[in-house]
Amino acid sequence: MAHIDRRTCLALAGSAWCSALLAGRGEGRTLPSPRDAIRARYFPNVALRTHHDRHVRFYDDLIKDKIVIINFMYAECEGVCPGITANLRKVQTLLGDRVGRDIFMYSITLKPAEDTPAALDAYATMHDAGPGWLFLTGDPGDVELLRRKLGFVSPDPRLDADTSQHIGNIRYGNEPRQLWAACPGLASPRWIVESLSWLDRRESL
Amino acid sequence: MKHDARAHARRNAAAANRRALIAARVSRRDLMKMGLLTSAGFLVPKNGLSARASGGNPQSPPTRAFIEPLPIMPVKQPVAALNPAPTIAPNVAAGEGRTRNHQALARFPPAKLYEVHQKAAPLSVSPDLPLQTIWGFDGLCPGPTYIARYGEPILVRNFNELPAGNGGFGLNEVTTHLHNGHTPSESDGFPCDFFRAGQFYDQHYPNVLAGFDSTHPPSGDPNEALSTLWYHDHRADFTSQNAYKGLEGFYLVFNDRDTGDETTGFRLPSGEFDVPLMLADKVFDENGVMFFDLFNLDGILGDRFMVNGKLQPFFQVHPRRYRFRVLDGGPSRFYEFFLTDPDAPNTSVPFWQIANDGNLLPRPLQVTSVRLGVAERTDVVIDFSQFAGRSIILENRLEQTDGRGPTGNILPAGQGNALLRFDVVLPPVADQSADPASIVKFYDLPPIEPPRVTRTFRFERNNGQWAVNGRFFDCNEVRFRVQRNTAEKWVLQNNSGGWQHPIHIHFEEFQIGSRNGQPPPGVERSRKDVVRLQFNEEIAIFFRFRDFSGRYPMHCHNTVHEDHAMMMRWEIDDVGDLTTQP
Repeated sequence: MAHIDRRTCLALAGSAWCSALLAGRGEGRTLPSPRDAIRARYFPNVALRTHHDRHVRFYDDLIKDKIVIINFMYAECEGVCPGITANLRKVQTLLGDRVGRDIFMYSITLKPAEDTPAALDAYATMHDAGPGWLFLTGDPGDVELLRRKLGFVSPDPRLDADTSQHIGNIRYGNEPRQLWAACPGLASPRWIVESLSWLDRRESL
Repeated sequence: MKHDARAHARRNAAAANRRALIAARVSRRDLMKMGLLTSAGFLVPKNGLSARASGGNPQSPPTRAFIEPLPIMPVKQPVAALNPAPTIAPNVAAGEGRTRNHQALARFPPAKLYEVHQKAAPLSVSPDLPLQTIWGFDGLCPGPTYIARYGEPILVRNFNELPAGNGGFGLNEVTTHLHNGHTPSESDGFPCDFFRAGQFYDQHYPNVLAGFDSTHPPSGDPNEALSTLWYHDHRADFTSQNAYKGLEGFYLVFNDRDTGDETTGFRLPSGEFDVPLMLADKVFDENGVMFFDLFNLDGILGDRFMVNGKLQPFFQVHPRRYRFRVLDGGPSRFYEFFLTDPDAPNTSVPFWQIANDGNLLPRPLQVTSVRLGVAERTDVVIDFSQFAGRSIILENRLEQTDGRGPTGNILPAGQGNALLRFDVVLPPVADQSADPASIVKFYDLPPIEPPRVTRTFRFERNNGQWAVNGRFFDCNEVRFRVQRNTAEKWVLQNNSGGWQHPIHIHFEEFQIGSRNGQPPPGVERSRKDVVRLQFNEEIAIFFRFRDFSGRYPMHCHNTVHEDHAMMMRWEIDDVGDLTTQP
């Protein structure tokens, strides 16, 4: 990176061809696998900390080879978060011991500065979150990058800046099968579990 | 051409950039790193076509327009027999994925049998892009066109041969909806009636007019005749991905008036002069591979436009009248298309709209543009005799910059999206079709009967969650029950100034009573199955639910919204309920 200055960057930034080069379109190159393309586009491997104050990498430790549920929240949220968290607690109960084995649940804070691992641990305890359900915080820039990459963004900048209006959907996905969808966080827990089961058909593999 | 000039400029810019890269001695590895660091800047298309500027949509590589001819979909051919023969009960032992009995197979025994295979296949969309791997009916995108006739029931055995490996998006479980068919529930393609790879599903299409068992026995109301239907995958939560991947096609119905023969009946242009056009906008990634933004909640806009599976094709036509059946195939874009004369862009070119949502209007109406939301269709008649030796461009001039809906701005001619170029270069041929100006009547609008109940539906977004009356779609939840053979009034509300929703109700056609209290304009005085619920609108629509019973959905046909729960299940039975805000 030392060879390139800011001005060149900006000059390049407008070009579709530059994007093409970035992705390695050059002659004789093989295309990235769809799985790698999804990882590169959506899953920055940023460092996060769990509510147990463990350091993890988003892709390597949380997403790769797993079936996951992802939502965004913050501990002091009085809008949709309590309902969604209570919902997810019921989802965890319905999924039983699969949570933590092959299905993982992630709640990422929108206010990483306030939501320290200790604050998230208290939140997890208050909501009786079981093993396999991680509450995550990290560097504010990394968390914001994740929020954008994962599409928890409102197209109206005014709404998007208002954290109380934050996106209440939950992503669900099966990383190795490249299956990703979303449903409302306030949908019934039974429906969320049913949706998740669609990604999990062994006989389709 | 202006477009070519722009492409040339882009290529020059690209060459300059490559030189800059070499001069800066930047390695590919550096670029990768830089790509991550400045992803937003790199990935936001400058023309504002991305639906999700912050997320990481690529901008399609440069492509040329009008390089290849418009593909015409093959007509689906019947088979002599199906083995095993169709059964009323699901033939689970033979691998059928259907779960409910056919309710009308004995009454309307199929006169023709078909089998269709959903599978992955390569598709060339442009010489400037690599082959795409699509999912298509019989491996085609769009799928083959069914030509059906009223009074001639058919059965389609639908095989799911889709692979588990999805190339990055799509789920290989499917349910095929025949859009605006008067179809028994178990053959309708309800979103939760999906079947798995390796299974088949027999879909029975009686091709019968509404009212056959109620208001107009025994053969139904001729004024309810439908013309331009289409079929597409409707898998709950995965419709946007599967349809974008190619699972859509046309289904046309003829009768003794709209005959498919321009010398008889309404004398509409027929045969090679009757052409379905499926519009679809797409994005291609840095490698030229069709791209679907998996994590979009708002609506997906493409920056490349396909008609019948080709990017901006040309279509050589004779100087005579043609019937075009134009479909907004989604996933999310609203169109308003015009005919642009490149030699005189400021002159509006009139044409005839003859149908709305595939249903012939009371009479042809002369228009200069038609607006379409996703899944809306319009049949138009264009007379090319006035343009012999010249070219006319089908152009979308409705500005839309994200998934929320169009801005409402109509762009100047030549500055919109060129969809298709008609080249009027073929020799004159006989035209025995009727001049639409001389057609005084197609079908009368059916009467609006006093409703048994008025129900209100508020389409809304709460913390990014799409909802109807504050609730979310659930396959297992029946929100309300309509009493069979009764009339209802539904009021659709959009309290938002930020979003628009094309609302689709399965099974029966409706008529728009009012938009914000005002009677609808000419072309909306028609039978419809999709209505554009625009900013801050309240629309009253009137139905009669006749003949069949079972489950059907209502949903937003921005497929991204529908996949995120802006949908509800309702049912027709012999009791019904009177809930007013289900």
